[in-house]
Amino acid sequence: MSTAAIDARGLRKSYGPKVVLDDLGLTVATGTVTALLGPNGAGKTTIMTILSTLVRADAGSAVVAGSDVARNPDGVRAAIGLTGQFSAVDGLLTGEENLLLMARLRHLGPKRSKTRVAELLEQFDLTEAARKPLSTYSGGMQRRLDLAMTLVSTPSVIFLDEPTTGLDPRSRHTMWDIVRGLVADGTTVLLTTQYLEEADELADRIAVLDGGRIVAEGRPDELKRRVPGGHVRLRFADAAALDAAAHLFAASARDDAGLALTVPTDAGVGALRALLDSLDRAHLEVDDLSIHTPDLDDVFFALTGRVDTKGTES
Amino acid sequence: MTTLNTQSPTAPGRVAARGRRQSHIVADSITMLRRNLLHIVRYPGLTIFVIGAPVVFLLLFVFVFGGTLGAGLPGVDPAGGREAYLAYVMPGILVMTIAGTAGGAATTVAMDMTEGITARFRTMAISRAAVLTGHVLGNTIQAFLAVAVVLGVALLVGFRPSAGPGEWLAAVGLIALIAFAISWVAIGMGMQAKSVETASNQPLLFLLLPFIGSGFVPTESMPGWLQGFAQYQPFTPFIETTRGLLLGTPLGWYPPFAIGWCIVLAIGGYVWSVAIYERKSVR
Repeated sequence: MSTAAIDARGLRKSYGPKVVLDDLGLTVATGTVTALLGPNGAGKTTIMTILSTLVRADAGSAVVAGSDVARNPDGVRAAIGLTGQFSAVDGLLTGEENLLLMARLRHLGPKRSKTRVAELLEQFDLTEAARKPLSTYSGGMQRRLDLAMTLVSTPSVIFLDEPTTGLDPRSRHTMWDIVRGLVADGTTVLLTTQYLEEADELADRIAVLDGGRIVAEGRPDELKRRVPGGHVRLRFADAAALDAAAHLFAASARDDAGLALTVPTDAGVGALRALLDSLDRAHLEVDDLSIHTPDLDDVFFALTGRVDTKGTES
Repeated sequence: MTTLNTQSPTAPGRVAARGRRQSHIVADSITMLRRNLLHIVRYPGLTIFVIGAPVVFLLLFVFVFGGTLGAGLPGVDPAGGREAYLAYVMPGILVMTIAGTAGGAATTVAMDMTEGITARFRTMAISRAAVLTGHVLGNTIQAFLAVAVVLGVALLVGFRPSAGPGEWLAAVGLIALIAFAISWVAIGMGMQAKSVETASNQPLLFLLLPFIGSGFVPTESMPGWLQGFAQYQPFTPFIETTRGLLLGTPLGWYPPFAIGWCIVLAIGGYVWSVAIYERKSVR
């Protein structure tokens, strides 16, 4: 049976007059990664806190790892791990002590605790720093320790709230590898991110969140297909050439200041050749040409109703 | 593989789960206590202050005020005022030492509540009480340490208790009980505080109470309207019972009163802090 690891329905949450979640539904299949993508204040963290039993929803229901978050929170807690936006490590303990603390609280028993902690230190490349105080840890190391603490009891569902915010590119890639490893082991992951690249890299499914609602949901390529953002941008040496080219391509948008023209196209090779051929026939010299395929940026901006800042139509 | 039967629908399963959880409360409390003890070792500043302040008070009251205050005690020869006052003030100083740890406990808890690790604890299947019990036990141990040091200093400057082994044992038990009770209230105060900065304000009340009791002067020397309060507030029975055990003064109705107050404070503090812990969301 393919039960969902997370099944949330009709979740609502308001803080005073501010509606944070508005009838939100979300299903995550067991063993998959879903990314919640949205701007600040879209409600990403609120979903995480509700699903991880930190906060109660005003309305709606959610079942995580087979237990209802409201009726059996301890059942949920025994099966999940949360690595939040804010470092959830004990700054006065060493890395090893932090992990041992978690192992004890998960009741692994002294022997298994020791082996599990050693395993995690090794896996997260923290063996060398294991006995050093956390004040000597870099941001990336702290985040790795944070996640390692979440994994002490091998939870079946893991919530990662902006796991790579503030990390340098190398640490970010390390984190991605770790997440991929978890999924390979059958763990279900729900992560939030503001980085579109991250969602694209990691997620099987992406839910785009805006104003407390999911405005789009699907596989990354499905979402990309929904946005007709492909175009070719041509830059010319002078206004005359720009004029001529603008006449040539009726559906194009011109940018007089930049002497550039944006021509919508599906960016396939055939379409590109046709475009270049027409330019040739008109004897128009192009200074610069760039091809823009739709990426998650376009998806994000199109679906959340934000102005496309690097937009072509000024 | 991922069928997680954490909630067993059968009654025996539920009973077993409850039994398991009960044993976890103890194990988790000890884990949390260990964590708090490590904090005390790693961050000794607060502990040093908590121990140092009553030592300063002791020396101040004995060597600065002692001569005059001692001479005013009923039935004391003015020439031996200082020694008499040392004996008189010690039980009050000891109880005040315990009260002084309340501020530290409240600050520690308030700080801890703002830490991400506390949010993590909430997402784990740990008993709510265990997190708080860890703090309470940690503070009780710290109070013990403080009392031992203060008592040591007192012995150095000439404090000579008349207690036998039985009385000492009872005194140690009483101090543990008072520390435990005050810690629970202090934890509640710390959790209720809006910020870490204000967390140590409310426990200052505990430092004041020995003064408005029999800690520094006999309550009989106070005006009548104040005596009523001074006689029955928790610290007078605490101090008088300690005094009776260490110095052989009449115990009277003080011991049951002291134990009663401890029970009331501990239960009240427990219920209060657990309620706040449940209610307070980390962010």
